[in-house]
Amino acid sequence: MYQYSSVDQRLVEERVVQFRDQTKRYLKGQLSEEAFRPLRLMNGLYFQTHAPMLRIAIPYGLLSSEQLRKLAYVARTYDRSYGHLTTRQNIQFNWLKIEQVPDLLADLATVQMHAIQTSGNCIRNITADHMAGAIEGELEDPRPYCEIMRQWSTLHPEFSFLPRKFKIAMSGAQNDRAATQVHDIGIQIVRDPSTEEVGFRILVGGGLGRTPVIGKVIRDFLPKKHLLSYLEAILRIYNLAGRRDNKYKARLKILVNSLGIERFTQLVENEWRQLKDSSLTLDDFSITQFRDHFQPFEYAPATSGKDAIAAKRNNSPAFSAWYEHNTQSHKVAGYRIVTLSVKAPQQAPGDLTDVQMDGVADLADQYSFGQIRVSHEQNLILADIAEADIPALWRELVALDLATPNIGSLTDIICCPGLDFCSLANAGAIPIAKQINARFDDLDYLYDLGEIKIKISGCMNACGHHHVGHIGILGVDKKGEEWYQITLGGSAEENASLGKIIGPSVPKDDVAETIAKILDTFIANRQDQESFLDAVHRLGIPPFKEAVYG
Amino acid sequence: MADLILKGELLVTDDWRFLDADEPIPNLEQSLVFPFTRWLDEHEQCINHPGHKGVALENTDCVTRLLSDLDELQLICIDFPSAVDGRGYSQARILRERYGYKNELRAVGEVLVDQLFLLKRCGFNAFALQADQMVCQAPKYLNPFSSYYQ
Repeated sequence: MYQYSSVDQRLVEERVVQFRDQTKRYLKGQLSEEAFRPLRLMNGLYFQTHAPMLRIAIPYGLLSSEQLRKLAYVARTYDRSYGHLTTRQNIQFNWLKIEQVPDLLADLATVQMHAIQTSGNCIRNITADHMAGAIEGELEDPRPYCEIMRQWSTLHPEFSFLPRKFKIAMSGAQNDRAATQVHDIGIQIVRDPSTEEVGFRILVGGGLGRTPVIGKVIRDFLPKKHLLSYLEAILRIYNLAGRRDNKYKARLKILVNSLGIERFTQLVENEWRQLKDSSLTLDDFSITQFRDHFQPFEYAPATSGKDAIAAKRNNSPAFSAWYEHNTQSHKVAGYRIVTLSVKAPQQAPGDLTDVQMDGVADLADQYSFGQIRVSHEQNLILADIAEADIPALWRELVALDLATPNIGSLTDIICCPGLDFCSLANAGAIPIAKQINARFDDLDYLYDLGEIKIKISGCMNACGHHHVGHIGILGVDKKGEEWYQITLGGSAEENASLGKIIGPSVPKDDVAETIAKILDTFIANRQDQESFLDAVHRLGIPPFKEAVYG
Repeated sequence: MADLILKGELLVTDDWRFLDADEPIPNLEQSLVFPFTRWLDEHEQCINHPGHKGVALENTDCVTRLLSDLDELQLICIDFPSAVDGRGYSQARILRERYGYKNELRAVGEVLVDQLFLLKRCGFNAFALQADQMVCQAPKYLNPFSSYYQ
């Protein structure tokens, strides 16, 4: 993974000094709350319902074991011994004391971590496929380019006060696990059909929130060397022309929709022509340097562990279920990608204790080259596990309560913090995840349903990505009561689509029962082994609506 | 307008006079800053002013319209109506990097010490800080970092 140079290291240390001064002035009353607000947000610090919350960047979701141990230390030292994985592959701590935040950031800086631009109207943490570099069929590993973009966007002088937040995601695989179609800028690594050259397809103006929009292609093929100049052109047009009079109309998607993609493309291309061969151009040498940080590991010669796994599967149904659902094939024979479910039935989706963090860090050192990934689906991944180690790893994960065999199933829920923590929320999200877990505790039933992605947001801001859930659940406030609007048929993957509302919102206590009716309708109408998403797209909303509302 | 201007790393008193929208243009050899609309509407009169000439831009003004006049201007002011409205950063970079404007580029409006390092890197070399800012300490906020990625 990328290792900081002395220049990178000094920058995060100087950022701590800068923020310490800003915090000190705020606490002394020299900076008003209004003046401090954009400064603290640009460093990931929110004032939430109960306490200050700090969001820490995990660039493209990649962590070293040393970094994860430091997060465990932070959880123990500054918080209530747990952290929360977010849908931008970051981690946040919910119970901090503001005066301690500079010290916390200084601790993070010792392991090449920071909270820079994890909030605010600037370029946020750039996300990527959480299986990058390990998955089969990837055209190229996106992470070197994500690191290039991370550096370019960090403390960018021109783009620190954009009309609104700005999110970029990148994927290099056929299956889009990075949700590139619902980002301000989505970047897909593609091959130019005529020249065979590998470069980027660029999408703009996707996003969720109040106005969900699927991104539109602005450039079918961009040579690699022009990545930054092209991004700069898009950002400049957005910075100058994006709306600032209404925060709900300020995202790039609104600008793209109001100008039309043709006109927006024309503006960007004109701007880009001026920037194209500037110092932003990436030369082959620097691209190679970044790629060198993400070279494949020295995988052991393929000593197949298939026999050991087959034997274990024969005598342990629990192992067998976990193996089938929580592991998948690796690009290197003899290895597997293992997803650690941070979705145990009793816990809030994405919550991780200090003990679990330390435990996973040790397992990463022992079995997975010392690296861990965070997915935007709020799970952890050990991406490079030798098959022979799989049974032993499973036992350790069971002990850490990270082996619930539910990846891709109904209870592998994406969920925002909701009303329990967030000052923006209208309704709880975590209690709904728990209600669903309590209602659907029969694993065989879940396996029979196949892949179903439930995504829950506690308000229209859509941090839980409900628009792109196969089943989306949005909390709404109705005269002080929590109600829930249900959508079906959304997807953030290569077949991206926005869910459709099935009807009026339902009361809090009825959410799981409503989902049960939807699932019964699916089972009754399913053709062969059809997936839930395919069935919804084939059947449309009416049969589900009929089942729920009669 | 603040009396003390941070120029480079020095605090200096401002010797420019900012002209209002309807004020007659004095026929003196005086340093005058014209509102952008007046600069365009009364172009001949403005450009023939015998003293130093400056233009004050709103952050919605198109800087390209000054392109042919840049050699005549000793000062361009860009307004920040709010510290979190970042349009002026783009205007500044276009003026400096694309059009090669060389003279004073001044940030005015809600200019706070914590923005200085960003403004400076976009090409501003003068700053009219908002009245409540610790002007004397402002120079130390110009360079909080030893180096940058951009």
